[in-house]
Amino acid sequence: MAYDKFVTLKSSAVPLPIENVDTDQIIPARFLKATERVGFGDNFFRDWRYNADGTPKTDFPLNKEIYAGSKILVGGRNFGSGSSREHAAWAVYDYGLRCVISSAFADIFKNNCLNIGVLPVQVSASFADLLFDAIFADPKTEIKVDLPSQTVTLLSTGASEKFDINPYKKDNMLNGFDDIDYLKNIEEEITTFAQTRPF
Amino acid sequence: MAKTLFDKVWDSHVVRSIKDGPDVFFIDRHFIHEVTSPVAFLGLESRGNTVLYPEKTFATADHNTPTINQHLPVEDVLSANQLDALERNAAKHGILHWGLGDKNNGIVHVVGPENGITLPGATIVCGDSHTSTHGAFGAIAFGIGTSEVEMVLSTQCIMQPKPKKMRININGKLGLGVTPKDVALFIISQQTTSGATGYFVEYAGDVFRDMSMEGRMTVCNLSIEMGARGGMIAPDEKTFEYIKGRALTPKGKDWDKAMEYWKTLHTDENATFDIEFNYDAAEIEPMITYGTNPGMGMGVTKSIPNASQVEGGVETYKKSLGYMHFNEGDTMIGKKIDYVFLGSCTNGRIEDFRAFCSIVKGRKKADHVIAWLVPGSHKVVDQIKEEGLDKIITDAGFELREPGCSACLAMNDDKIPAGKLAVSTSNRNFEGRQGPGSRTLLASPLVAAASAIEGFVTDPRALLVGL
Repeated sequence: MAYDKFVTLKSSAVPLPIENVDTDQIIPARFLKATERVGFGDNFFRDWRYNADGTPKTDFPLNKEIYAGSKILVGGRNFGSGSSREHAAWAVYDYGLRCVISSAFADIFKNNCLNIGVLPVQVSASFADLLFDAIFADPKTEIKVDLPSQTVTLLSTGASEKFDINPYKKDNMLNGFDDIDYLKNIEEEITTFAQTRPF
Repeated sequence: MAKTLFDKVWDSHVVRSIKDGPDVFFIDRHFIHEVTSPVAFLGLESRGNTVLYPEKTFATADHNTPTINQHLPVEDVLSANQLDALERNAAKHGILHWGLGDKNNGIVHVVGPENGITLPGATIVCGDSHTSTHGAFGAIAFGIGTSEVEMVLSTQCIMQPKPKKMRININGKLGLGVTPKDVALFIISQQTTSGATGYFVEYAGDVFRDMSMEGRMTVCNLSIEMGARGGMIAPDEKTFEYIKGRALTPKGKDWDKAMEYWKTLHTDENATFDIEFNYDAAEIEPMITYGTNPGMGMGVTKSIPNASQVEGGVETYKKSLGYMHFNEGDTMIGKKIDYVFLGSCTNGRIEDFRAFCSIVKGRKKADHVIAWLVPGSHKVVDQIKEEGLDKIITDAGFELREPGCSACLAMNDDKIPAGKLAVSTSNRNFEGRQGPGSRTLLASPLVAAASAIEGFVTDPRALLVGL
């Protein structure tokens, strides 16, 4: 009930081949002041997208017209490090992206994405390089992410790689379920367990 | 079977394990603050759920609070809305709340231990990545996202796969001017900003055994900065001494019973880790960072490595140095600084203020340096005054502000201006972390103090000799 289902996605992709992109870049702290989950897409990568005077930085990939409408972001190694702010995952989603591909994710960001229906796809470093090269050669090149078979494919060449996701989270993503649905169903087991805790 | 400290605490909190999936993990203590909780309460209410165990959640206002004139209404409308939402949600759901001005208020990771909420063997979460701080007590503590905050409110559980286990052993004695912050920055510089991703770390060896509880908190606090899920240190007599008699610790028979359990919380002799690292205390110098993640640190006397000497991509490295306006081969000592920030959940405790004062006592702040000294809590403020440190601070040309997260993440007005260089005792030197365009050098309170006095990056040992 919590979010959109994710089964397959076919889209061009925005490349961001920078390593260690932290969640302060994805959504700077000064934009965390909302009390509702709206409007984070506008400030997605705010300080990398805009100059201090509010004009767009034209060389930043998200500002390039050629990548408009992409639903996949391919990021550098260790994507989403730092702050646990789920606002970073919300910003990814609100901006219109449904999948982030990287050769390594920071744990909390990855978990936050899974909890809101954005699919983090971890690929090998060589496959990530292959995707970057293909996107730079043809910005409209399409990538297919297929959750049931856990594969990511570069459609122009058919190059493909399997990715890992634990079966429980996969099932959630395929059906749009979330952890609270699961936990509320076993509440009695939880309250019984709670009685055994010493403090 | 021989178990690690981490295994013992984790395994005793698993309500059920899902085959090939996450564990349903029970949470003993849940901290909330104004920034990452409002949407969780909205979610809770929109599903028609209630807070299952309100007595296990604790609220404090810290992230966006002003550090001057806290007795006046908060001027920033959006910050005021978040503070109101926290107060309203806490009242509505029966959650203990320490709002602005409350004598127990302060940074969540400072007030938790101070008030005896943090206990050995407990599981502790908060919508804040520096929740790893509480691992100093032998707790499993880590940061979570807002969806998980809602899970804990409504079910007291989250769903997480068990992380892998890493142990970091440091033996020997630390040298003059080398603080727990330096130990942490040293470890992170060795591991890089992502080296411990997927792991939960246990810190062991002489250095941590000899370290004070506050020092252990500083080290565990920074575990996240190498990507670790969290870090922990086995509880010992020092731990028990620290928590005994605090407001919310178990008392009487409950204390005795808890002690029996706590004494079992150590890694068994033959227990194994997925990976172990050994470092020598003598290798560690006072540290400073030069780049835009906490892994980009080095001894304060060293010079910035060449791109070829570091792990990772050249483009990313050059972007980072470009942002800092630094060049490969630069030495840090002597770089003119504009700001100094003493505070945060990393270094905002009484020992940090004592360390800072040990250097500034009888000296004067450099005229061009703007310094923000922000205690982690009202209790820290009280102790600063009790020990007369406030007089040392004022005499040296500094002033003390009111508690909060402040310039660590610059959600309030404490923002380092664009282009300015700050020596900061906080935890992150990310681009714009302390204000858009700000440039941060992470360091210990001693390095911060020495640099504030001289007006440029300074090795604190130069000022400690002769004391």
